Amino acid sequence: MTLAQFFTTHWLGHLIVMVAQCLAIVVPLLVAVAYMTYADRKIWAAIQLRRGPNVVGPFGLLQPFADGLKLVLKETIVPSGANKVLFVLAPMITFITALIAWAVVPFDDGWVVADINVGILYLFAISSLGVYGIMIAGWASNSKYAFLGALRSAAQMVSYEVSIGFVLITVLLCAGSLNLSAIVKAQEGGFWSWYWLPLFPMFIVFFISALAETNRTPFDLPMSEAELVAGFHTEYSAMTFGLFFLGEYANMILLSGMGAVLFLGGWYSPLPFAPFTWIPGVVWFALKIAVLLFVFSWTKGTVPRYRYDQLMRLGWKVFLPFSLLWVALTAAAIQLFGWGPG
Amino acid sequence: MSDVAIKNLTFNFGPQHPAAHGVLRLVVEMDGEVVERCDPHIGLLHRGTEKLIEYKTYLQAVPYFDRLDYVSPMCQEHSFALAVERLLEITPPERAQWIRVLFSEITRILNHLLNVTTFAMDVGALTPTLWGFEQRELLMEFYEGVSGSRMHAAYFRPGGVHQDLPAGMLDRIKAWCEQFPTFIDDLEVLITENRIFKQRTVDIGTVSAGDAIAWGFSGPMLRASNVAWDLRRAQPYDVYEKVDFEIPVGKTGDCFARYLVRMEEMRQSHRIMLQCIDALRTVSGPVRVDDRKIAPPRRAEMKTSMEALIHHFKLYTEGYKVPAGEAYAAVEAPKGEFGVYVVSDGTNKPYRCKIRAPGFPHLQALDMMSKGHMLADLSANIGSLDIVFGEVDR
Repeated sequence: MTLAQFFTTHWLGHLIVMVAQCLAIVVPLLVAVAYMTYADRKIWAAIQLRRGPNVVGPFGLLQPFADGLKLVLKETIVPSGANKVLFVLAPMITFITALIAWAVVPFDDGWVVADINVGILYLFAISSLGVYGIMIAGWASNSKYAFLGALRSAAQMVSYEVSIGFVLITVLLCAGSLNLSAIVKAQEGGFWSWYWLPLFPMFIVFFISALAETNRTPFDLPMSEAELVAGFHTEYSAMTFGLFFLGEYANMILLSGMGAVLFLGGWYSPLPFAPFTWIPGVVWFALKIAVLLFVFSWTKGTVPRYRYDQLMRLGWKVFLPFSLLWVALTAAAIQLFGWGPG
Repeated sequence: MSDVAIKNLTFNFGPQHPAAHGVLRLVVEMDGEVVERCDPHIGLLHRGTEKLIEYKTYLQAVPYFDRLDYVSPMCQEHSFALAVERLLEITPPERAQWIRVLFSEITRILNHLLNVTTFAMDVGALTPTLWGFEQRELLMEFYEGVSGSRMHAAYFRPGGVHQDLPAGMLDRIKAWCEQFPTFIDDLEVLITENRIFKQRTVDIGTVSAGDAIAWGFSGPMLRASNVAWDLRRAQPYDVYEKVDFEIPVGKTGDCFARYLVRMEEMRQSHRIMLQCIDALRTVSGPVRVDDRKIAPPRRAEMKTSMEALIHHFKLYTEGYKVPAGEAYAAVEAPKGEFGVYVVSDGTNKPYRCKIRAPGFPHLQALDMMSKGHMLADLSANIGSLDIVFGEVDR
């Protein structure tokens, strides 16, 4: 048996390949999360006329690892009134769902772990599962702040998923596929042929819903410190909190990745000619994610927080009808003018 | 299943709560997200200031006033100084009065900067606070320059101020004044024009003019409810009648109006500061009353004069005796009417010193303001009250 045969046919070979693939995604992802927290803090600091982390390592570059180490070494406190199993399970759910979603994200042409034909549905399902972690956390903590935070969070994520769903429908109507690689390929060409231009209002709806979906300002109600102390993770400490934190940032990167795939042409270069095409697609993909993440941080440094009812009103009374209308318009345009995929 | 009683959710908002502005403890009863009742519990920062003052000489009492509302220290010293001056029947020299007005207005800007920006933080905007703190830091340097202390200045004393301004201070304040309007404009761009901020504050915690008076409001809280009452204009003290400024009033009495009033007051304070700087460049003379029974002699004098040395010793050990009587002096502190009622029995210590803190009546109206609003509005209301527990609990 040759080595190639071993990896393609033998079960052990499959396993090794699978683990390697997982590590190839998870390790860079966790490093990205670590540096996302660093970038986040640096961006707010710049907005707030501060310096941000600058002590640990050169330019504070080792700060994320120092923070991580701190969280690992601290004591995990489980409140006496909490449901211990669920209390510990909740952060794991949040963290794991944030990671497994990456299985279908294409980093470059063919660079995808599971090139399944219902990639969008998979992503959508996984991101909906994330809310379980938060709800369980809020309930299992047996704390009023956490409970209120969890209720808010559940309502909020469900509301905004509805409009994200419609946004996804418009994209897949245009692309004619649920496979994420196929969606990217449908946008081949320069930045003018990506979907952000024809579907611009949907891009905005998607981005704002992504803010709500990841509980970021101005939709950070589940953890609004001015009202609920820390929301659903009030009672969490040490690495259980750390997992929520990592999950939140991994989710932000995931939704930015979704934005890049659906609207910003995935791995394609914005100018489809040399020298831009010499740069590997994965670099372009990472750059697009970085741009979206920058806007996430920028928003956080700039705007106040919505009130709970205002947030729900925005979700159900503005975004939902608007995205529904846009689905109808897109479908009609494709049907009448034959713009759609063959 | 119709006889199932749904119990409201009751929980503690504070005393350890990020939006409680110190040690406020609210027992909040909520129906879902709607606040049915909020019951402020106070006293967690009670230090017995009024009682302590009864055992201190008049001069020793001054620093206690810094520690009441630690965001606007000098205005409170001002009130105490005025009350004692009334009992002593003295008037501080004109230069001292201009310095006091100058620093009262610096204090007002210090206070409003903190309040406006933390109010923005209470509704979720994190950046204004950090911007405001930069300006506050510059202002505190002026505090430090005149008194040696960034916050607890003990600078306004019965009979004037402790020391004259150091060399170059006026130029530094002037330089600060030149950049401040730009800063306020930037802050307005970030907050005033923000749609989310308006959604969070307009029509929240509305207080009518009648209610505001009935609940004992004063200062910006009262003016936001369209009552143009300002002690600087109504009962001018020191040189306030010589300065030109306007009293901003709000039309609606909601959180947004309170915010706008405070923003405009900062601009007006800036205007008063400029006038004070101009006046201080021309008005010279002493900054304390020329009465060695009340104001200590100059250091240089003590090196040669036995009399001066005795006076110094007596003033810093026994203090001065204040004629028997009672006096109430109120100033327009940044948070509202801050009054001190001093009863003297003719000794060197006050017989009684009652402090009227503006935050106290404001806090008691919180339940009225927040009833029927959502939990998030409660935070906005607390932010707009401009509460500091040092003065509420005393």
